[in-house]
Amino acid sequence: MNSQSTSSEAQAEAAAPKGFLRRAWESDIAWSFRHSPVAIVSAVVFLVLVLGAVFAPLLAPYNPFDPSTLNLMDGFTVPMGQGLGSGELYWLGTDDQGRDIFSTILYGLRISLFIGLMAVLFAAVLGVTLGLIAGYFGGWIEAVIMRVADVQITFPSILIAMLIFGIARGLTPPELRDQMAIWVLIVSIGLSDWVYFARTVRSSTIVEAQKEYVHAARLIGRKPGAILRKHLLPNVMGPVLVIATIYLALAIIAEATLSFLGVGAPPTKPSLGTLIRIGQDYLFSGEWWILLFPSLTLLALALSVNLLGDWLRDVLNPKLR
Amino acid sequence: MSDNTAQPLLRVRDLVVEIPTRRGLLRPVNGVSFDVERGEILGVVGESGAGKSITGAAIIGLLDSPSRIASGEVWLDGERIDNLDNEGLRKVRGRQIGTIFQDPLTSLNPLLPIGDQLAETAMVHLSISRAEARERALAALVEVGIPAAAQRIDAYAHEFSGGMRQRVVIALALIAEPRFVIADEPTTALDVSVQAQILSLLRSLCVKRNTGVMLITHDMGVIAETTDRVAVLYAGRLAEIGPTRDVVESPGHPYSRGLMAATPSPSELADKDLRLNQIPGSMPGLLDVPAGCAFHPRCEFVKDRCRNAVPTSYPSGNSHSACFLHDAEALS
Amino acid sequence: MSNGALVQISDLTKTFDISSPWLERVIERKPRQYLTAVEEVSFDIERGTTYALVGESGSGKSTIARMLVGLMKPTRGSVHVDGVNPDSASAEDVLKFRRQIQMIFQDPYASMNPRWRVSEIVAEPIVTLGLLSGRDAVVRRVGELLEQVGLSARDAGRFPHEFSGGQRQRICIARALASNPEFIVCDEPTSALDVSVQAQVLNLMRDLQRDLKLTYLFITHDLAVVRYMADQIGVLYLGRLVESAARDRLFSAPSHPYTQMLLDAAPRLDGFGRQHQSDSSEIPDPINRPSGCHFHPRCSRAKSNCAVESPQTQTAGASRVACFYPS
Repeated sequence: MNSQSTSSEAQAEAAAPKGFLRRAWESDIAWSFRHSPVAIVSAVVFLVLVLGAVFAPLLAPYNPFDPSTLNLMDGFTVPMGQGLGSGELYWLGTDDQGRDIFSTILYGLRISLFIGLMAVLFAAVLGVTLGLIAGYFGGWIEAVIMRVADVQITFPSILIAMLIFGIARGLTPPELRDQMAIWVLIVSIGLSDWVYFARTVRSSTIVEAQKEYVHAARLIGRKPGAILRKHLLPNVMGPVLVIATIYLALAIIAEATLSFLGVGAPPTKPSLGTLIRIGQDYLFSGEWWILLFPSLTLLALALSVNLLGDWLRDVLNPKLR
Repeated sequence: MSDNTAQPLLRVRDLVVEIPTRRGLLRPVNGVSFDVERGEILGVVGESGAGKSITGAAIIGLLDSPSRIASGEVWLDGERIDNLDNEGLRKVRGRQIGTIFQDPLTSLNPLLPIGDQLAETAMVHLSISRAEARERALAALVEVGIPAAAQRIDAYAHEFSGGMRQRVVIALALIAEPRFVIADEPTTALDVSVQAQILSLLRSLCVKRNTGVMLITHDMGVIAETTDRVAVLYAGRLAEIGPTRDVVESPGHPYSRGLMAATPSPSELADKDLRLNQIPGSMPGLLDVPAGCAFHPRCEFVKDRCRNAVPTSYPSGNSHSACFLHDAEALS
Repeated sequence: MSNGALVQISDLTKTFDISSPWLERVIERKPRQYLTAVEEVSFDIERGTTYALVGESGSGKSTIARMLVGLMKPTRGSVHVDGVNPDSASAEDVLKFRRQIQMIFQDPYASMNPRWRVSEIVAEPIVTLGLLSGRDAVVRRVGELLEQVGLSARDAGRFPHEFSGGQRQRICIARALASNPEFIVCDEPTSALDVSVQAQVLNLMRDLQRDLKLTYLFITHDLAVVRYMADQIGVLYLGRLVESAARDRLFSAPSHPYTQMLLDAAPRLDGFGRQHQSDSSEIPDPINRPSGCHFHPRCSRAKSNCAVESPQTQTAGASRVACFYPS
């Protein structure tokens, strides 16, 4: 006994518990990030876009939603051109009402990102909860949850989102519609994507629940709720993070699609999709910048999130490579 | 040395396998040398991480990237095989070296009847006709003791039990009449009562054909019962090599000594109050192999010299041990 | 209870319904299918001793372990530990049962939550069963437990992946000891470990048994290990207990032909060049067990009645054997 305890003490000293930052820096994920140019570039682009959205009120030269600052004479200013009315410089030009495109993009980004993040959060919370319950309890509970998921997955998610959006709009009083539109969008996109979270979480839960540490917790009488939260949840979150990133890109695009179709964010609170719809009207009359810059921003946002998701999937699941 | 028969069947010299990783260069096999004679079963024993399976994989050129043979030589029947290209290796595998792995399903194609797979292998390597190959396949199945082989020749791998599957794998490994067979933990996944059958079968077939065998296992009991000579690996190095009976009954290296004493045996007259001998600590990971003799932190005979210098192989009785205890010059 | 045994298991039986889903069954007109994993197994374990259950795949040994600790409900039969039954209606009895019985698992890599620190892992039974109150008391107890199994109290802040297989098994033992149990079920605790580490863990378990007066049920497929650990040994074959005897008796004079076969097949260090009988019989499919005595198709002593009737257990002193023609 003596020799063993001394040897394990020596080992303990050699590898004293490390601080969190240090462990994070030395982790495989951090190492792989430092060695992946694609991941670094995507992360930088995504970070710039997020910061732009978060600090839009500080960064934007104009407030595009304050009609008093608009000068109709500045309408259709070309990029890097000076407004006819005010003589001010607009980097990305203006739209028909003289709104600064750069500022509307920053504010639109804010709405697009907010809707995307909240929709994914909603889908993830719903999907993870239902997936954990289905995987752990099995039986008829699992059958009900997974059959609903199976049925839903056979419909394209944009159709489901439109359906839910339509129903919700019908149920809200007209005077609240514009106000509620964003939340309705979040719920309809989230409801169309929870299935993917639920399916993955259910299968990882089934695998994890077979493991002996779960048996050990059950045999001392831990309640199912505690086992789900404390034991299973942390161990099924890896794949959830990957799906969340991939569906963030898809949710942003879904929001843009709905807004482009005119059923999404209202023109009073335009998202990138709304801006693209508006810009489309001017494409053939020569004012290309109203369409181009919001589209490029959407592309950069969706692409950077998607590439980050791909990288994350490769890191967390080396077998897929 | 030009005479072919004077040479050992397999000759491994100073084999080093390296894996470049971001934490440094790992050497799972670090300077291993041994021979296997015709008709001989060499046991390669060691604990997990000792490098025994990687040694086997290096010999047949099946190292997973990014591992690679960094130095050393492998000779089969007087022909050097460690520097062959993929095409050359493919010819050597199957025709000259048969392989048997722990999981029979890695060797058997699930979509092909076992008879077809056996016949295919025989045709490719022996250049015989399809009819002849099928006959050989049937004979091979009979030889490995598949009951009602003629009816089961067109069955698929999943239709056999674990022990029967491993018998089919042995038939597959031997059908091209290789000169040398590598069996990597062939019975670890099987029940005790089936394990004994499979090992007896493997041994009798190889003795009959004068095939050399390298049997990789972690089980000292299997080594004692099945092999003629044994190589004990520790942290990628050869600790001891010699005739099985000598190594088991009077091990020369302190690690083999500890391993034998720690192995419980059902035949021993054990008193319940008798403790199993234990070696303190555990085998070092590849990232922190100690300097000098890799075993020195766990060794009860450790001297200053062991901490600094890597021992070469010294004669110890009928065996050779890589331990300074057997350095005759230092003792005198 | 009257005879003083700590653990009493009587007529324990478990059948699993392994039928296909009902829709498939209806369409393909398949009957329901059942697998009898454990059939009428009875044995007692005396306080402070080790009972070893030995069996190969399909013998039902792990199913017995799960029913014993209350992870699975028996189809029939009962389990009593110190007179208490895991399915008892009284919450007090259930709590007493859970404190008294613990388990050590086979796979040291799956038996601890990889996201938890060692301190949380070892403290879980203490906190859940409400054995100690106050953070300091729990931390002190965790340190004591780690030192008791040959680790250091400083290891508490580390994660399971920082330890080797043998050290992890020590942590599992520390967790099992945390509730001061009297009885520990060990499900192949060393079969995933290397030989030199296995010896450390077995010796530790024996020291703990002596110091803490523990009672073990030791489940394994390895007869060699049993010889070092057990007082009484039960041999299982396809769900039935075919022989149960004191260790020395079982090794020196096995009566059931299956026990003899197992003893003969186990590789031994002094068995140089031993040739085994080269028949090719294997353990039958547990779903379609042979009629009568399940061992009869592989048995050299089998007569016609073995295929028809299943043998009753015969008792001779402390030994029991289920065979018509025991030796």
